[in-house]
Amino acid sequence: MGDMTDYSPDESNKSKLGTTRRGFLSQLGVAGASLTLAPLLVRAAGDSQKGEDIAAAPAEITSVSLTINGKTQVLNLDSRVTLLDALREKLGLTGTKKGCDHGQCGACTVLADGRRINSCLTLAGMCEGAEIVTIEGLAKGEQLHPMQEAFLKHDGFQCGYCTPGQICSAVGLVKEGHAKTDAEIKELMSGNICRCGAYQNIVAAIKEVQNA
Amino acid sequence: MNESLGKPIDRVEGRLKVTGAATYAAEYQIKNLAYGVPVLSTITKGRVKSIDVQQAQKMPGVIGVMTSENCMMLHSPAGSDPGSGKFAEKDLLPLQNDRVLYGGQYIAVVVAETTEQAERAAALIGVTYEEQKPAVGFENHFATAYQPGSGLGGAKTQEKRGDADAAMKTAAVTTDETYTTPVYSHTAMEPHATIAEWNGEKLTVYDATQSVMGVQALLSTILGIPKENTQVYALYIGGGFGSKGFTWANTLLAPMAAKQFNRPVKIELKRQQVFSAAGRRTQTQQKIGLGAGTDGKLVSVKHDTISETSFVDEFVETAGVATPMIYSSPNVEVKHSLVRLNRGTPCPMRAPGESVGTYALEVAMDEMARKLKMDPIQFRIANHSDMDEQKKKQFSSKYLKECYLRGAESIGWNDRNPEPGQTKQGNLLVGYGMATATYPANRSASSAKATLYVDGHAEILCGTQDIGTGTYTVMTQVAADAFGLPVEKVKVKLGNSSYPKGAQSGGSQVSASVGPAIRAAALGAMSKVIKIAIADHKSPLYDKKEEDIMAGNGRIHLKDNANVGEALVDVLRRNGMDKVEAQAKTNVSTRAQQSTTAPDGSPEAKIEEESKTNAAVQADEKTERKDYVFHSFGAQFAKVLVDPDLGTIRVEKIASIMDIGTVMNLKTATNQIMGGIIFGMGMALMEETKYDPINGRIVTRDMAQYLVPVNADIPEIDVQFIGKPDPYISPIGARGIGEIGITGMAAAIANAIYNATGRRVRDLPITPDKLI
Ligand code: FES
Ligand code: FES
Repeated sequence: MGDMTDYSPDESNKSKLGTTRRGFLSQLGVAGASLTLAPLLVRAAGDSQKGEDIAAAPAEITSVSLTINGKTQVLNLDSRVTLLDALREKLGLTGTKKGCDHGQCGACTVLADGRRINSCLTLAGMCEGAEIVTIEGLAKGEQLHPMQEAFLKHDGFQCGYCTPGQICSAVGLVKEGHAKTDAEIKELMSGNICRCGAYQNIVAAIKEVQNA
Repeated sequence: MNESLGKPIDRVEGRLKVTGAATYAAEYQIKNLAYGVPVLSTITKGRVKSIDVQQAQKMPGVIGVMTSENCMMLHSPAGSDPGSGKFAEKDLLPLQNDRVLYGGQYIAVVVAETTEQAERAAALIGVTYEEQKPAVGFENHFATAYQPGSGLGGAKTQEKRGDADAAMKTAAVTTDETYTTPVYSHTAMEPHATIAEWNGEKLTVYDATQSVMGVQALLSTILGIPKENTQVYALYIGGGFGSKGFTWANTLLAPMAAKQFNRPVKIELKRQQVFSAAGRRTQTQQKIGLGAGTDGKLVSVKHDTISETSFVDEFVETAGVATPMIYSSPNVEVKHSLVRLNRGTPCPMRAPGESVGTYALEVAMDEMARKLKMDPIQFRIANHSDMDEQKKKQFSSKYLKECYLRGAESIGWNDRNPEPGQTKQGNLLVGYGMATATYPANRSASSAKATLYVDGHAEILCGTQDIGTGTYTVMTQVAADAFGLPVEKVKVKLGNSSYPKGAQSGGSQVSASVGPAIRAAALGAMSKVIKIAIADHKSPLYDKKEEDIMAGNGRIHLKDNANVGEALVDVLRRNGMDKVEAQAKTNVSTRAQQSTTAPDGSPEAKIEEESKTNAAVQADEKTERKDYVFHSFGAQFAKVLVDPDLGTIRVEKIASIMDIGTVMNLKTATNQIMGGIIFGMGMALMEETKYDPINGRIVTRDMAQYLVPVNADIPEIDVQFIGKPDPYISPIGARGIGEIGITGMAAAIANAIYNATGRRVRDLPITPDKLI
């Protein structure tokens, strides 16, 4: 039932990285001039019709300084690369998952300045200066993050594909501090779809961390 | 000796999953990898007249465009058994000609250095078509319906006993209603993906599949390469639910493109492409007629299903498959017919057949109970089948009545007012509903290899896979008990086609099939160790009898005196061995036609040879099974709240009581059933793939339009198990549980909605607009 990862009653908590689809598109209105996003905006790639009407604009390369899991590195990226694809395809950080690429499933959730965002809706070029934490960055060495421990203990997953997104989202949720009841946890976790249906266990895991 | 089985241990691979270290098909780091982006047809039927790739070819980073004009020729696939390789669309191998038979069919693949470049180029490909009038709209084609061959696993599509029509005419009470279900999408979180890499004549494929062995066999046939040159990996799979049980074109296109452009190639479907070109559940219309006496006993049951398939393969959703077995009735008639539409091919989706079939039948049962003024549970108990009356065989074990009673207790059935629309909670209408759940317990031939190492750890290799169901974990438990080792000392390796052939993950058969093979292999290795000790002067067990010896805590010792014995590792060390290995194949199948014997000289034939002297295999295979049928049963209960003004439906509680034999791991088993329940909720209340009525293309092709349950939709769910082992299925006594959780669920919810509102919606999903 859609994207609610971004739902955050606390507007003041908004970092410069918008996560709603609406937010994403309006940012493009401002910043989009320098970005080549033709396939995204014109039509979904793979739906082919006659193509002459689309200008064959060359891609731009942007140099981005990304801080991921505490490590800063400068990458020269095609300006169309999303944060999700930068993680998965350029940096080998495949813990962050791609389920829909459209901000509809939450599998790609990472933390940006402590706030949960959909990395598929975030261009890598927009992340300059942000502290990005992915699932690979939550544990301290061998010591799992309490949320990871809780997911293990409560069996908050099956196939594990939505899990990194669920865990990052859950860490963000606890930090936001808004979810007091089961119903609020469920509502605020509803941007993260788990098709395997481990929802009840996910809620149990989050409650355990909240109460710790 | 049963130390670990049944314990709710954490998933053994869990740490990898919560740290992001579990590697799924698209995530292998391959040097020099190129990216393939498919181009899909925008028409539903016709021919591709021309594909203009010029502009695309010129784009930066583009390596090439693969179309029907330049791609390699493929060989026809033969098999239809997913375990041995089933291509989902047998008459439509990708890119082999210019025919278009559904919207979203592959017509080209652009390969480039990056995804962004390939996607950009794909958008620049110009295609002209010769369009033909497609067959669209399920209901428009009923006149062309035909009788199909058999269903999945050889299931009969037409069944009959007695004379259902004659009995219906004289029945005191009858119901005759039509139920419809839409196309559903599996929507596994991981989109289908394949990486293919050639090394000379050798092919390595990383695939999102429910059958590494099936993909290996199929690639070898279709690409025309020897099996031993085809290596398939699927260590972690991001959900399948049937969508990765058959093999789809992506698994072929990646190796085709890799060969053509001499680069390793990855093809990862976009979510939109998954909807059109990677399977779905078929649409159905089911007519159910029931006839009963005033005593509430069924005298006639008729179940007539029309479903649809594509023009490129025949898939029958056998909605009526459980109907002849589930209740007692002297007269039954089950029919299935098919129409063909220009849509992508349907395939198994969680409980193919029973999911939609139990919806229709169990709503019909509710309607009949209402007419008879009987309690729905009492009505079902009155018609309880003590045997499979169609096959005239006993059930291997069945505790369904207990499921009903425990479910009623859990949901608070006593609070239910049988008069619909009478109970309120605030301004919301309250309703209770129930239904029977059922799914066959499948078992097929499986092999495994067990190795005990001198450092005290053991390893299992089996060519099956864990699609999220907990296979790694429960198989570790099975093996640990057989070795007499703690689970931490046992490593189970799956998802590799070079391992001994295990079952495909489908039909809820992995636990029942692979478990006994793994157990037998481990016991085989232990028997070897014990024999070595018996022959060894230095062993405290020297000259003892094998049958007097048992394993436990990393030791072997006398059954009646644990002090007489020694550590496993000591036996190996003293005899200068670094390991002891055994392989086993349990050739047991609950579907007779699937028992298999390997060709002479093959690696599998060696396993069969060794199994002849494996006591566990022999005992298992000698168990008399032919007089039994194997089915799991359960009872589903739902409590719903309906807003009478808005028609919104809130499921407040689900109780699901399951009789699935031995529970191997309460934690993973409960999770599996909850997953099935939530699938059933989606099916009942929100999921629906919609097609454009004119062009026949999918309209709801993303996760904002194809709605699946999210966390906020989830009620309190009480899952309970009967927990009594099935004495005949296997020495472990466990039947599969992947699918039964969805069966009956949609009916229980639909029946609860009726009880709340008095409105009988016979068309899924039951959305608010249908209630107001
Ligand atoms: S929300 Fe980003 S991949 Fe689905
Ligand atoms: S664990 Fe499979 S989708 Fe959540």
